[in-house]
Amino acid sequence: MITVNGENHEGFEGKTLSELLCGLGYKEAYIATELNGNIVKKDSYRTVVLKEGDSLEVVNFVGGG
Amino acid sequence: MIPSREEMERVLTERHTRPVYDKLKGARVAIAGLGGLGSNIAVSLTRAGVGELMLVDFDRVELSNLNRQQYEISDLGKYKTEALAQRLARIDPYIKLSYKTVKVTAENASELFGSFGIVCEAFDRADMKAMLINTLLEQCPDTVIVSGSGMAGHLSSNTIKTRHVLERLYICGDEVTDSSAVNGLMAPRVAICANHQANMVIRLILEEREV
Repeated sequence: MITVNGENHEGFEGKTLSELLCGLGYKEAYIATELNGNIVKKDSYRTVVLKEGDSLEVVNFVGGG
Repeated sequence: MIPSREEMERVLTERHTRPVYDKLKGARVAIAGLGGLGSNIAVSLTRAGVGELMLVDFDRVELSNLNRQQYEISDLGKYKTEALAQRLARIDPYIKLSYKTVKVTAENASELFGSFGIVCEAFDRADMKAMLINTLLEQCPDTVIVSGSGMAGHLSSNTIKTRHVLERLYICGDEVTDSSAVNGLMAPRVAICANHQANMVIRLILEEREV
């Protein structure tokens, strides 16, 4: 089980961060993520592999200012 | 007639108390983007007595900006950096101002903002917001960011909130309402969001990290 913004998600263990983000409908150009409290670099999204118990925060930005 | 520095200091000190005044006067804040969010943040922080602001925007003032941004007809065609610096100096002639008329990129962001403990993200485009925040979180370990996201339209004012989302990132806005043809940006909610950001900046300066 992996926690994303406080909600539990099953089935992403062993998948990359990129696969989880795509699966949950996030667009990588509009987000910032913290995995277990550490910022994840954009160019690592495809190489970071998720494991049981990981806690992910995804911040999604919308336009306007 | 322009009031003296001592006179302006006396009035603000009476209002804020000396310890609060001193902290605000000693603070340095950078603002990335000088549209509806950034221009309103800058005006509020100037009025509050923040000692030093650094303003960054590459754009010029257009007619379509006047519905929500702190510019006027006489500013049309000017760089936003220059027009806003002039306006802020009319509010407080003793504030320390600097500005850079450049487009912020992932390559120059850390050089522009890395020496600032507090940076306001006030861009218009979602991808630019994400670019700046990712770059500063990755490359500038001493910088806290106060960002605006989700303030279009005329939905309830009460949907706009401040959240402490990541260790060094606060977000103000409803985080949902994108600007679009059917949901244009309007002065009140943009200014509400900008002032959530400005108030969070003041709280951080006064060492209150909770939202």
